[in-house]
Amino acid sequence: MFEPVLTRNIHRPDSEKISVYLAHGGYQAARKALTLAPEEIIEMVKRSGLRGRGGAGFPAGVKWGFMPRDADVQKIVAVNTDEGEPGTFKDREIVESDPHQVIEGVIIAAYAVGASRAYVYIRGEFFLGVKRWIKAIADAYEHGYLGENILGSGLNLDMSVHRGAGAYICGEETAMLESLEGKRGNPRLKPPYPAQTGLFGLPTLVHNIETLTCIPNIIERGSAWFAGIGTEESKGPKIFSVSGHVKHPGNYELPLGIPLREIIYEHAGGIRGGQKLKAIIPGGTSTPMLTADQIDVPMAFETLKQVGSELGTGAIIVMDESTCMVEAARRLSKFFAHESCGRCTPCRIGSQRIFEILDRMEHGKGKTGDIDLILELVQGIDGQTFCPMGAMLVNPPRSAIQRFREEFEYHITHKCCLVDAMDG
Amino acid sequence: MILENKEYPPAVVNPRRRSRLLAALYIAQEQYGWLGPDAIQRVADRLGLTPGQVKSTASFYTMFKLEPLGKYRIQVCEGLSCYLVGGAEPIIDHVAKRLNIKPGETTPDGKFTLEIVQCLAACGTAPALRVNDELCENMTPENIDELIEQLRQE
Ligand SMILES: Cc1cc2nc3c(=O)[nH]c(=O)nc-3n(C[C@H](O)[C@H](O)[C@H](O)COP(=O)(O)O)c2cc1C
Ligand code: SF4
Ligand code: FES
Repeated sequence: MFEPVLTRNIHRPDSEKISVYLAHGGYQAARKALTLAPEEIIEMVKRSGLRGRGGAGFPAGVKWGFMPRDADVQKIVAVNTDEGEPGTFKDREIVESDPHQVIEGVIIAAYAVGASRAYVYIRGEFFLGVKRWIKAIADAYEHGYLGENILGSGLNLDMSVHRGAGAYICGEETAMLESLEGKRGNPRLKPPYPAQTGLFGLPTLVHNIETLTCIPNIIERGSAWFAGIGTEESKGPKIFSVSGHVKHPGNYELPLGIPLREIIYEHAGGIRGGQKLKAIIPGGTSTPMLTADQIDVPMAFETLKQVGSELGTGAIIVMDESTCMVEAARRLSKFFAHESCGRCTPCRIGSQRIFEILDRMEHGKGKTGDIDLILELVQGIDGQTFCPMGAMLVNPPRSAIQRFREEFEYHITHKCCLVDAMDG
Repeated sequence: MILENKEYPPAVVNPRRRSRLLAALYIAQEQYGWLGPDAIQRVADRLGLTPGQVKSTASFYTMFKLEPLGKYRIQVCEGLSCYLVGGAEPIIDHVAKRLNIKPGETTPDGKFTLEIVQCLAACGTAPALRVNDELCENMTPENIDELIEQLRQE
């Protein structure tokens, strides 16, 4: 039987309070970690197989290993709570209901890589989250888990909260660093990576908050326990946000590798209204769509790649047979057209053009050749942009056309929707 | 290499001080109601920046108001998850009808502004909208009427 750990506290009354966290074993992992050698902790995180939960899936332990070891350079941990990928709502729940578990992860990470300063970046819209972060950090200082000489270990760590102000791209790690420096959130060119040159030019370890939530659990239960959950290349528990046409939308903490079918039908209660399943976005808006016959795929980094998609943030959007795929692609493309930071032309102009074409198609004004035009734009964007946003924004239109091409053709030739036509 | 203690000549922007810009803009917006020329100037003076630098940064972020907006800023989500469960246009149209304005507009009494946004990370409790800093989930035409009535009376 799988036992949730990342979300084990969230259903307790007042779960966000330090007293509740402490009463249920909170900060014991930090105590333990501070008695270990930093190298030992990095080795544990490496052996656990933990991969980043912010979307890219980079091995966490390897990233910790990239941080320079010299003691006279100040190092930083930057905490990514910017969650803006449509379909994803796990990070908001973590910070609102269990911020101390994240702080504990930050303490352990800071100790392991030798950082003395942590910055939390939180999406501007998450006002309750901002308040919860501020309170949690203040309480952690008061109880001696932040500040000078933490728990007598010699570790000094200061932590503060920085509120974003409404820009999806600031979730991209280098754009987040720009924003933390008080600038426009334009991504930086990589390399150099943040571990070399990050915030204020200092080595910076950037993590998503779900990744950090895994850390105290790895310290407490061991790397073997963590690596024992999941598949060959995807280890540990994962929070899946499920939304759309399911009976019970919500966040579900489950082992990586669980079949998509099981999440939709056993945990989220199946399709609402007795309709048939049509399409699924498995990892947040920027990941390619899947069709109903692909739902036996295990939810893991490598297996989703095999079927032409990605795990992304693990946010599952479920669409039943009443959904028009042209409209779905149009809506998703509108988001990216709006959120392009504008730095490079393929993304700024290309995303806008794709949206315009889908918009006219949806409104009965599609032209012959529009599908090829979109695919041509996709080609001109994918791999041609400054940051990964370009490669992300082409996924919804490209995958919708690949898998539901007849619906796009129908829209163009009949000036109306195939789904509506079938409904009679 | 601790930047905090470094002395900066007057012409050079102190990076740690600049990093307070977003927070300063929030405070100025709260005090002035919106980020007009006076507010921008004040922030610039405080942080040792030019008004151009401050305005350029502020204009990148949708939560900063570079024009006066209504007392209540209603932001309706038009994301896919909200749309799938009956949100987006039906909700936007309903709010628009109740307030008698179009998206992007402010009511003549200066009380409400209606805006469209995408994804408030409440897709599991969709349809969602925000009123200023408050998130409202599971919205229906009925509870929107209640909400607007309540805001009108405040
Ligand atoms: C356009 C774009 C948006 C992103 N948004 C987020 C986000 O909101 N939250 C997040 O944690 N990571 C986001 N990422 C991923 C980050 O760049 C980075 O990989 C992550 O924060 C690293 O943490 P992790 O290794 O713990 O996943 C985004 C990436 C891109 C390209
Ligand atoms: S790809 Fe898009 S988001 Fe990324 S830098 Fe270029 S314009 Fe900005
Ligand atoms: S799509 Fe509306 S809250 Fe996410």
